[in-house]
Amino acid sequence: MRVELRQRSADSRLMVWLSPLLALLLTLVFGAVLFAALGHDPLRALYVYFVKPLTDAWSLEEIVVKATPLALIGVGLALAFRTNVWNIGAEGQYTVGAICGSILPVMLPEWQGPLILPAVLVCGVLGGMAWAAIPAFFRVRFGSSEILTSLMLVYVAQLLLDWLVRGPWRDPEGYNFPESRLFEADAVIPALAGRLHFGTILALLAVAALAVLLGRTLKGFEFRVVGAAPRAGAFAGFSERGSILAALTVSGGLAGLAGIAEVSGTIGQLHPSISPGYGFTAIIAAFLGRLNPVGVVFASLLLALTYIGGESAQVALGVSDKIVRVFQGAILIFVLGCDVFIRYRLHFRPMRRAAARAEEAP
Amino acid sequence: MPGGNVLLEARGIVKSFGGLVANDRIDLTVHAGEIHALLGENGAGKSTLVKILYGSLQPDAGSVNWQGRPAAVGNPAEARALGIGMVFQHFSLFEGLTVAENIALALPRDAAGRGLAADVRAVSESYGLPLDPAARVASLPVGVRQRIEIVRCLLQRPRLLIMDEPTSVLTPQEAERLFETLRRLADEGCAVLYISHRLEEVRQLCHTATVLRHGRVVGRPDPGTASTADLARLMVGAEVGGVGNREGESRPDGPVRLAVRGLSLEAGTPFGVSLEDISLEVRGGEIVGVAGVAGNGQDELFAALSGETPASDRTAVEIDGRPCGRAGPRTRRRLGAAFIPEERLGHAAVPGMRLSENAVLTRHGTDRDISVGGLLRLGRARRLAERIVSRFDVRAPAGDPEAKALSGGNLQKFVVGRELDRMPGVLAVSQPTWGVDVGAATGIRRELAALARGGAAVLAISQDLDEILEISDRIAVISRGRLSPAVPAAETTREAIGLLMGGAGD
Repeated sequence: MRVELRQRSADSRLMVWLSPLLALLLTLVFGAVLFAALGHDPLRALYVYFVKPLTDAWSLEEIVVKATPLALIGVGLALAFRTNVWNIGAEGQYTVGAICGSILPVMLPEWQGPLILPAVLVCGVLGGMAWAAIPAFFRVRFGSSEILTSLMLVYVAQLLLDWLVRGPWRDPEGYNFPESRLFEADAVIPALAGRLHFGTILALLAVAALAVLLGRTLKGFEFRVVGAAPRAGAFAGFSERGSILAALTVSGGLAGLAGIAEVSGTIGQLHPSISPGYGFTAIIAAFLGRLNPVGVVFASLLLALTYIGGESAQVALGVSDKIVRVFQGAILIFVLGCDVFIRYRLHFRPMRRAAARAEEAP
Repeated sequence: MPGGNVLLEARGIVKSFGGLVANDRIDLTVHAGEIHALLGENGAGKSTLVKILYGSLQPDAGSVNWQGRPAAVGNPAEARALGIGMVFQHFSLFEGLTVAENIALALPRDAAGRGLAADVRAVSESYGLPLDPAARVASLPVGVRQRIEIVRCLLQRPRLLIMDEPTSVLTPQEAERLFETLRRLADEGCAVLYISHRLEEVRQLCHTATVLRHGRVVGRPDPGTASTADLARLMVGAEVGGVGNREGESRPDGPVRLAVRGLSLEAGTPFGVSLEDISLEVRGGEIVGVAGVAGNGQDELFAALSGETPASDRTAVEIDGRPCGRAGPRTRRRLGAAFIPEERLGHAAVPGMRLSENAVLTRHGTDRDISVGGLLRLGRARRLAERIVSRFDVRAPAGDPEAKALSGGNLQKFVVGRELDRMPGVLAVSQPTWGVDVGAATGIRRELAALARGGAAVLAISQDLDEILEISDRIAVISRGRLSPAVPAAETTREAIGLLMGGAGD
């Protein structure tokens, strides 16, 4: 008996949405085995990780707080990935967005008024766009892979942030901690309730805007065509370079917005660890959400749960905080694995004939 | 030299793909030490035959004898073990690796040892194919890349070397050096099976020849004595007497609607063809056919007409008298032109998108009601797709299926219908009926003729000479990126066209 993958005559629409659910199920099974191997009761551990955070108001609120940057970055990445542009450096664009958005509150703290907050947000967006424009330029000018360039720029951005908060931007009254001064009240994104801030509304607006863009506009159609069949895009008269530039800068701008929204709305100042890897986790959110803006919202909530569940498991079970990364990685691997079945189905056949056609092409 | 022992003997080879018979009871005999030409137009079955000999395809019927013994070549590795080597038209090299590394990849594990670089140098120099084993492939020109492929074969001491259109990517000087190498190999007793459509070089180089047409052997001329005209006649088929022109001898004298003037374009890729000083006028009411063997600049010409590759000069292309050489496809469509490329999936249509979305693909610039203020009117796009489907008899699954769910012929009808439905004033179409069944093909040709009768200028690029002869009022031939003057179809012959296709005009 030999198992083969056979291409389906048409992609399975059912599998497109079943695949993330299947991946989640496999992640739970994987988690159970992992916890058992660590010497914990698997059912109780999974309860602590995935269910308990849903049972009290504080952690529900915290899930939305963490889902906000994920959704903002994730919808941008969904646009980029649909355009066949592999922006892996959202974490860097998030960081530079946070830095640029902090220029005014840190360097001109005396400037107050109703205009400061919009200016801060715009600076954040521009910072993210500029950081993403670097790999975009290298891609369209020299054909270099944006996967590598955007990823490498993440580390540059993180070192830049580190240098700023330990050097020129260190708070003079901060007892030498590597932190900037606190944002003044007018530069802080207003709260909605508790730790929830207005940035969540911005994220939902971005989701709605990109859903309309991708599904209903000629521009969005252009992105999709260029991503799916670049030659057909050129034949239609769409500019591939333009689409690549736009997809990268828009996704970078949204990551930058997520960065400054987090700093201004949740943290209140710059310090070296403003992100628990949102820019990378958002890649998972984009795929888990089927590169569909609305799907990304749900995927972001689920991934936010893995962050909170990780904290909960750390406290209740004493496991390492690295468990969060393990679970997020498992989800991505399983969802990509299950996605194979969108295009292929399993086929079983006896061994004898299989050997005869072992080698086909030269 | 010919007259050596029979090395390879194929008998009654049959291979069909779906309904298409690519090889129909083909017999082929190759002797040791001979250079044997395999001639034929595109689609004559040459590639299928050599793939069978090289083991990458299995025949439906027929047998292959190798040195007098029956041989079942199950895969290319078995072919190499027998002593059959093949150099493909498009190379399979890793650009980031060195010459020696690329060669090592193709050799059996024990042969790819430490002495390889020295072997490569020795073999390449002894055959006049100098190679630097340490050079990176990315930095090498096409002619040198081909040398790598040849040396890779030679290192395995082949008894039979198959070469698939080796000179199509070479300069004349590079080709001359290649011929010397091949002659030397033949002198040493190696047989060469040489696929080509360049008749002059076949006459110079080859000892024997087998000509295929429509999957059958139509002749075994002696290239030493046959004239290029004889070879051309065999290749394109002379038994169909004169030229079958479409209805009557109407000489359209409408206004020039499509004009190409002195168009030259550098090839964008190593395998591309540069266009050289192409000039052409198509009048309203006529169909001009562009004949030629694949890979002589058809793709480049089409892209230059559609605007996918804009020219540097505004006046290089004019549509209805308006210069648009530097404009993109959208502008040219707005001037009244329409385009139908050869490749349906991935070029004319996006495979994973619905028919309505594929209608938007080329109509968004001209049908103002499909995209209003940047918003797509999907309902209108769907009605447009439905209209095309019903008007052009496209058999498609119900609803609004994805393009890839349609059969080749039906998708072609949709793609053609999408453009004709606009009633364009100028139409450039490449391979209008490629891979389409006879019924649909007839329908499409009829639509093209009707469009021209309605006053449009139609330029049809095709490798199917029968099709060109059937639909064209005037015929031009493209060869190595140059276009011959278009002559009235009634005043030319298959033979003359065949000669031009074989490079006689170069």
